[in-house]
Order: sequence, then structure tokens, then C-alpha cells
Amino acid sequence: MKEEIIIAGFGGQGVLSMGKILAYAGLMEGKEVTWMPAYGPEQRGGTANVTVIISDEKISSPILSQYDTAILLNQPSLDKFQPKVKVGGTIIYDSFGIIEKPKREDINNFCLDAMNTAAEMKLMKTFNMMVLGGFLKLHPIVSIESVMKALKKSLPERHWDLLPMNEQAILKGMEIIHKQ
Amino acid sequence: MAEEKEILLMKGNEAIAHAAIRCGCDGYFGYPITPQSEVLETLALLKPWETTGMVVLQAESEVASINMLYGGGGSGKRVMTSSSSPGVALMQEGIAYMAGAEVPGLIVNVQRGGPGLGTIQPSQSDYNQATRGGGNGDYHVIVLAPNSVQEMADFVDLGFELAFRYRNPAMILSDGVIGQMMEKVILPPLKPRRTNEQIYEECPWAANGHGLKKRGPNVITSLELESAAMEKRNLHLQKKYAECEEKEVRFEEQYCEDADYIIVAFGSASRISQKAMDNMREQGLKVGLFRPITLWPFPSKELKRLSEKVKGMLVVEINAGMMVFDVQAAVEYSIPVQHFGRLGGIVPDPDEIVQAMEKLRKVAK
Repeated sequence: MKEEIIIAGFGGQGVLSMGKILAYAGLMEGKEVTWMPAYGPEQRGGTANVTVIISDEKISSPILSQYDTAILLNQPSLDKFQPKVKVGGTIIYDSFGIIEKPKREDINNFCLDAMNTAAEMKLMKTFNMMVLGGFLKLHPIVSIESVMKALKKSLPERHWDLLPMNEQAILKGMEIIHKQ
Repeated sequence: MAEEKEILLMKGNEAIAHAAIRCGCDGYFGYPITPQSEVLETLALLKPWETTGMVVLQAESEVASINMLYGGGGSGKRVMTSSSSPGVALMQEGIAYMAGAEVPGLIVNVQRGGPGLGTIQPSQSDYNQATRGGGNGDYHVIVLAPNSVQEMADFVDLGFELAFRYRNPAMILSDGVIGQMMEKVILPPLKPRRTNEQIYEECPWAANGHGLKKRGPNVITSLELESAAMEKRNLHLQKKYAECEEKEVRFEEQYCEDADYIIVAFGSASRISQKAMDNMREQGLKVGLFRPITLWPFPSKELKRLSEKVKGMLVVEINAGMMVFDVQAAVEYSIPVQHFGRLGGIVPDPDEIVQAMEKLRKVAK
């Protein structure tokens, strides 16, 4: 098993932490992982992105030319990374803020309305976990249990009361993801 | 503190900080700069002054940091600093003083694009500065180039060991990719800081107020007004460097046994090159990867040996061509050696390296 993923969106959407939780969950399952952020001024409001690789074998490059899956949360990210998805690969996008949907027919395009759903459920802070849930529904490369363990490990203890909310968001994401 | 053998997920910069505490570092002096600020941040978070007694100090500048290293190292303590390219440029005078006065110390450079203030993105364009000394005079710094978060952790202790063995500054030459990336890491075993008695025993040359009555004061200086004495001191340094070149060369080979072409790359470029190599191997092309781990001393003999059975070498580095000259000299210009790199903070992707190899193959058949 090897999955090469790019996650991209606006700074503040939780792109980097989504990647971190995913990588952490992979680590919990004894897999090899790398997490490589674009650490530039992007973090302060522009487009942020992170490359996450989860594999059974040792990982060579943390920087890639092409991806198995692209999780794209705004239009500039979609425009930038759509051409870099491998043939037969997957794009997952949030319909909020996407003006031009992915056009490629040689890949699988999936959509979820996480931004609006999170707002309706008053779970805005867990928007990124909802998107992660959608991804894990399609590609169950790590278990929900590992993701929850990863969350617990990376959240300070004073925030552990937020764990059930995050799990709820992950499950909701699995429910609402659909083919474009 | 993490348990022994526990597998953790952390950034290269964080690994440096954890490793420093665990391998008995006495003092860290630094000034924040992207992309290495997590070293100082992590140390501040871990508060080692409460556990091992290690000093962590944010100095007023990089110039101050390196001179604190000069003082700390001069008293026989295991001291380190970290910075990124423009900050390390500021430190060069202090590093030359340390080399001249034979003071050990560890400098970490998490490189970013230059020249000048440049950019905050990854680069390897401090290769020449690191391997040629960087400051004035005939000296070398022992340069280790990690290519993973694990090596970031492992090379802290190794750096200190080499620095004290040769009484010379050692450097970990990393870059923004390795510093910012998170990977699995097992932290080195906990090693206590040396006691003053151990330091007196191991560093009889140190100026720490000990042994004055027995042998008079130790003087730490790089200044020598008599040129004959200065030449003698230089010859002593050169002898030491020759020994270091003899004994401390470190490198890694992958698929070099049957290779027709070899990629030579260090640090993050070697990771990206590995992916390019794997892709080319899948296409049936016999490509190998040679990774210098010590950039000085440079693995010239090993490259010379490999050059006798390959058609060409591609040197991939994230700069405009620096190590390529060392490779060309090592193989004595006997085979085509080409360079590929991106500049100013742009990191090449594996496909670009595959294309560069196609170019090399046209001239090296």
C-alpha cells in the first residue's frame, strides 16, 4: 500500500493539521509516513498545502511530481493541482468556493459539501475532519480508531472534550461524500 | 520526555532540539530565523534547564551566538547553535576563530535560498560556504548532510563526537525540506551531560580555570604574531584535516553495483533523486544513487572507484552547481558529469531529475 496525497486550500482551513492527523494515524498503524508542508507566507492567508505520503515501505521523496489523491479546498488549489493527479487518481473537493469544477475524465472526481454542513451542524472548527472523513470513506488507508488516537495524541488534554465532536464530523464526512 | 525506542512523528528541526538535550548538550545559543525557528522554540518548550541543566539562550544576534559558542567550547563544554543561511553567513568570522583556536562546537544550518536575505524556501546553496570553511584562512569545518528526520536526530551526537575528537567546529548542513518535514523518528538514547571532572580529564586544553597550578593557564586564541609559529600552527591543522579525510568519510550507495549512470546528491536532493531513480529503474534504466553524508571530508576516492564502471554522473543539488566541481575533480574528468538544480527556493521534483538524466544520456553513451 502506498498513497501519495496533496491537501491544499486557504490558510486557516486546517489543511496542515488534517495532513498531520492523517500522518499520525498512519504512524499509529506502523506505516511509513512523511508530511511536507509548504511553509512559506502561504500560512498567513494565502494558499496552504501539504504533501502526505503513507506507505508500507520506506518513502523516498517527500516532494512529488504527481499524486494519487488531491484534496482541494479552494479554486486556486484546484487549478494548480488538477493536472498533477495521476491517471485513475482521485480529486476530492469541497463545493464551497469552487467556481469551476474539475474537468478531467481520466480521474475520479468526488465532492462534499463540508463547509455548509459543518456550519449547519455548528461544527465549523471540525471542517477539516469532515473532509478527512470523506477521504477515508473512499480510501480507508487508516482506521477511524487510529485517527481518533492520533487526534488524542496531538490535542492538548484540555481540548479532549472536543474529541466526540471530531468523530461526529468524520462520520458525517463519510456520509456526505459523493461522486461529482 | 519521550520513552526509549518510542517511534515519534516530528519535524527535522524538532528532532534536532530533542536530540541536543538527549546527547548531553551543555548549551544552545541561537537567534530565530525561518526555516529553523522550531529548534529554539522546541528547546524553550522542553525547558531542559530544569532537567539536564542545559542552558538555552536566545542571543541578541547570530554574531553573539557563535561567539558564545567560542567561549563555551573553549571551556570544554558541548555547545551548539542553529540558524539558516543569512544567519550562518554572519557567523563565519566566529567559525574561523574557532577553527583557528581549535575549539569544538556544533553549528546547524537549515538552508534557505540566497544570496543575501534571499527567500525562506529550501536551498542547498551554502555548499561552498560550508565545505570551504566560509571564513578567512586555511581551515575546514566537518560537514554532515542529513537526508531524513532520523538523521537530523542522529547527527547531533555524531557532530559533537567529531567536533571534540578533532577539536574543530562541526556543522549539520540541512535545508528547509528536512527541517520542516515530519517523519518517523526514534530519538537517541539519553546520555548525561559530562561532569566538570570528565571535562577536565577529556579536555586538558580547555580554559576553564582548572589545572592552573599544575600546568599554568591554557590560552584559547587564533592570533599568532610570529609568522613562523603561525605556519607551524597551520601545518598542525592541515595534518589534522588529512587525518579527518582519511578516517571520517561517510557516504551511502544505492543500486550502484550494476549502474550505468549514477546520480550524486546530498540532503533533501538525495531523497527526491531516489524517487527519480526508482522511476527510471522501473523503465529498465540502470541508475544508481551515491549520497555523500560527509560533504567535508568529501568521498572522492569512492566516486573515483565508481567512475571506472559507469558512463556518466548526474549531480543533483538545489543550487546553481557547487558539489558538481568536487565530483568532476574526484573522477578526474574521466567521464561526463552534469549538474541539475533549481534555484532561489524552488525544489526540483522527481520528473525534472528524470529529464535531466535523459540529457546526460545523450552525451554519455
